[in-house]
Amino acid sequence: MARISSLAEAIEATVRDGDTLAVEGFTHLIPHAAGHEIIRQRRKGLTLIRMTPDLIYDQFIGMGCVDKLIFSWGGNPGVGSLHRFRDAVENGWPHKLAIEEHSHAAMANAYEAGGAGLPCAIFRGYIGGDLPRVNSNIKRVTCPFTGEQLAAVPAHRPDVAVIHAQRADKAGNVMIEGVLGVQKEAVLASKRSVVTVEEVVDDLGPRSLNATILPHWTVGYVVEVPGGAFPSYAQGFYPRTNSFYKQWDAISRERDTFLTWMDENVLKKGPEVFAEHVRKFRDAAE
Amino acid sequence: MADYKPNEMMTIAAARALKNDDVCFVGIGMPSAAANLARLTHAPGIMLIYESGTLATKPNILPLSIGDGELCETAITTVSVPEMFRYWLQGGRIKVGFLGGAQIDKYANLNTTVVGPYDKPKVRLPGGGGAPEIATSCGEIFIIMAQSKRSFVGKLDFVTSIGHVSGGDSRQKLGVKTKGPTKLITDLALFAPDPESKEMTVVSIHPGVTREQIQDNTGWPVKYAAKVDETAAPTAKELEVLRELQARTARATAEAA
Repeated sequence: MARISSLAEAIEATVRDGDTLAVEGFTHLIPHAAGHEIIRQRRKGLTLIRMTPDLIYDQFIGMGCVDKLIFSWGGNPGVGSLHRFRDAVENGWPHKLAIEEHSHAAMANAYEAGGAGLPCAIFRGYIGGDLPRVNSNIKRVTCPFTGEQLAAVPAHRPDVAVIHAQRADKAGNVMIEGVLGVQKEAVLASKRSVVTVEEVVDDLGPRSLNATILPHWTVGYVVEVPGGAFPSYAQGFYPRTNSFYKQWDAISRERDTFLTWMDENVLKKGPEVFAEHVRKFRDAAE
Repeated sequence: MADYKPNEMMTIAAARALKNDDVCFVGIGMPSAAANLARLTHAPGIMLIYESGTLATKPNILPLSIGDGELCETAITTVSVPEMFRYWLQGGRIKVGFLGGAQIDKYANLNTTVVGPYDKPKVRLPGGGGAPEIATSCGEIFIIMAQSKRSFVGKLDFVTSIGHVSGGDSRQKLGVKTKGPTKLITDLALFAPDPESKEMTVVSIHPGVTREQIQDNTGWPVKYAAKVDETAAPTAKELEVLRELQARTARATAEAA
């Protein structure tokens, strides 16, 4: 059964130096508040998995938390580069970053295989391009029935999955509606998990009969962090703050402006600031 | 003739390539603008799919990212990302994939990974995302890219997703059954693969553009089809709908800020 706790306690109890983490979200429900807590607790030597590493991964990388990144698309969607990611790959700042690069199809299949308890994922892909040349974890297998050559990649088996969701009840049943991403698969593939939510409620209330994506015994820690996905969004709670994604381009472009921003907005703050970020949307809804 | 910019011509020409009954996998940026312009003009029935899992979405404004709430709220349904790539893309249920890239070669192979060597890149680009499998699993591929010597190159630094590989039947020899790039739409011209060599050749030139201009912005000797058309200029209606879509998008972004 899931444990309801504070954010600091949940991260302290689950994330260790050197762990492999999947801090997932697909445009929607990206767990920024939990990510900031990991940075505040100064976790080091992490291997980070993510299909679409974006601002929070740029922050992990720039703050020196990450030794290795396993990913398929690392950018600021619709805006441009992730400057901290680029600085690490191009110049080794703040230290060298190892990368294991895949396609989206491979990453999604690898999470699903992890959730299904399989050692690898098999799919039709990686035909002809250069990624198999630079990533030795991309192999080919022959279908024993048809002889077709298929791609194989190792299953994702993170130590910890960290996700954000709209709601959980007090037992820790977790509900997501809207863009689902790979969060269910990431939690089921992981040994431990932290789920931040907009609200912990007595009863999940009116919802689609399929909206409870993770029942309580599959979840480690549940933490109420209103606004915890900002500047990403939580469908039904607040929209994506696209303007912040655009501002991030300037904040992150230079090392010193980045470090100053992190110091003022992450290291010296706590998860309660996230509720402030989305207050205007909450007020408008009431 | 209405006054328009080369980028508008490109987006409008790309929109015209889509049909009312197409099922189209849409990337962010220019493909998304073109696909939604098609939906708002001649192809209201087109089914637009974004890799966040939104099926047959009808956004009122252009999304900044592939999983914006606008896409989910206006879709028939939204599936998980593993389902998106397994059942929908790999399952062969998408007719047209719409791609862009940082670099393209004459066989329409694309690079969105690195400029320079992979281990010591001059510019680290975002990477392939869905493109490696979109390029081989969609029935056919349309590519939209503005032309320049930096982007239309003799040799790619990295092949992120394949087009016609090294030409001829090299794509089929890899076991790929889909057509690959059938249209390349630029700000200067329309290209299509030569039936034999599969090299992307100019089949239509946008109004006012010269062959010299096309060559000056291409890193390989450009070939032309036997019959080269002039692309029809944007109609007043096409321009109005595209500009209104972009203005709506800008207003929504400003209001949310």
